Amino acid sequence: MTAAGEFLGFTLVPMLIGTLAAVACAVPGVFLLLRRQALLGDAISHTVLPGIVVAFLLTGRIATVPMLLGAAGAAVLAVLQIQLLIRAGRVEPGAAMGIVFTAMFAAGVLLLERTDTSGVHLDVEHALMGSLESLVWLEARGWSSLADPAALAGLPAELGRMALAAAAVAVLAVLAWRALVIATFDAGFAAVLGLPVAAIGLGLTLSAALAAVAAFDAVGSILVIAMFVCPPAAARLMTERLGPMLAWALGFAVLSAVLGFVLAGHAPLWLGFPSALSAAGMIAVVSGAILGLAALFGPARRRMAA
Amino acid sequence: MGEPGRDTNPAALALHAISAGYGDAPAIEAVGASFPQGTMTAIVGPNGAGKSTLVKTVVGALAPAAGRIEVFGQPLALARHRLAYVPQRASVDWDFPIRVIDVVLMGLWRELGLFGRVAARHRARATECLALVGMEDFAHRQIGQLSGGQQQRVFLARALAQGADLYLLDEPFAGVDAATEAAIVAVLHRLRAEGRTLVAVHHDLATVTEYFDRVLILNRRPVAEGPVARAFTNAALATAYGGRLPGLPAAAATAAE
Repeated sequence: MTAAGEFLGFTLVPMLIGTLAAVACAVPGVFLLLRRQALLGDAISHTVLPGIVVAFLLTGRIATVPMLLGAAGAAVLAVLQIQLLIRAGRVEPGAAMGIVFTAMFAAGVLLLERTDTSGVHLDVEHALMGSLESLVWLEARGWSSLADPAALAGLPAELGRMALAAAAVAVLAVLAWRALVIATFDAGFAAVLGLPVAAIGLGLTLSAALAAVAAFDAVGSILVIAMFVCPPAAARLMTERLGPMLAWALGFAVLSAVLGFVLAGHAPLWLGFPSALSAAGMIAVVSGAILGLAALFGPARRRMAA
Repeated sequence: MGEPGRDTNPAALALHAISAGYGDAPAIEAVGASFPQGTMTAIVGPNGAGKSTLVKTVVGALAPAAGRIEVFGQPLALARHRLAYVPQRASVDWDFPIRVIDVVLMGLWRELGLFGRVAARHRARATECLALVGMEDFAHRQIGQLSGGQQQRVFLARALAQGADLYLLDEPFAGVDAATEAAIVAVLHRLRAEGRTLVAVHHDLATVTEYFDRVLILNRRPVAEGPVARAFTNAALATAYGGRLPGLPAAAATAAE
């Protein structure tokens, strides 16, 4: 294998998957943050676990489509439960999310305990950390592999799935932009204009669920949670306008993914440790560090003191 | 009850036995009222009387549990475009990353739609509306940098941009300075002079007679309704507020008993 092939297969492909996951989560994350629902991404990424385990129990194997369906089903179930608790039970939204996501993640762990998953990569550690480093492209021999259909067929399925999810989330945000902004800023006024406020909220939640589910088995729930919250929160500290805020969030998401992936692979070796660190964990740490820097030096942080 | 709407000159707003609220206990019950065109009505009543609930129901932000709403003789759904709404200032997050001009541009939704490009003429319209409330110099400020009174004026400018015939305002004078209150009253009176209809939830009983020509006194059900001189009586206020009224206003105090 050439150096180019090694870079393509072992660095670029997993790094790209991590970047796409970060971008897909950061877009809905911006609006969830502005709606003070930032924890919704957290809730979704936890609640998909029982859905994935149920899908495995039903099919007996790790297969993409059933797992996505199971995860999506669990996410929808969680969203409905949260809405039910808020509307019917009059539970405060943050508490409702906390209750539902903890209970469903715990149910997933219990299900995992009673399931023989010893032959497959399905355990609690995997659910938290993902397996970014293992999403490699073994068929990459060099730059020419990019034009070789046989080699391209060996690309990890997560790459295509994550690219589709990121594209879908981005297209939805662009199409709904103006209505989404009005409904997020002032739901009452949006209703007077005749905008379908409830449907817009549900659409945002579902696109967040799509991003979380697609990203979940590639990068794990830690990274999903971090990408929903950290890049948008850091972006808010950089600007007072929504368009630039989204741009900053995307930039921070990409920077976290690339820098985190490189640091996880190389920083331990530079420091003399024998093995690399979890890429997903390092990406989340980098995004947290960016948020910390933005909180200290961001030009729009003045409003916090006000 | 007010004048019944006639087909030739229907009331700007007619409520027929409206009940609405959150959960099981309705906040308002069997509210019937009529708001003639070109008038300015204050909705007054004690805390918890359902004033905001009524306004939210009229503008369609809350579905009524029962009853019928007519706007210029048409069902609400068909006449929505003739209606503008100024919500309570506290109902939104003023930390939202948006500029004053962009908030006012929201009022042009009906023209712009989801994909319409904001052209120079749209910006000019928005700036014009800001000028009407004396806020044109703040167009490019982030909304969180404004005072409460300035924020209220921006909300009014957004409603002006809607170009409506019927304006519903939820406590437009809450927490604003005297200069802003005077500026808002001037704008509202000008709208009324142009033949538009205004309905405002109002807290300060002392200014009802000065600012408004009609009043709806509400305490979950309508207590009194009509021209201020006739309906704004101590007797009606005492019924609505019970023992909670600190001091009855001197104006219009001749109880019509």
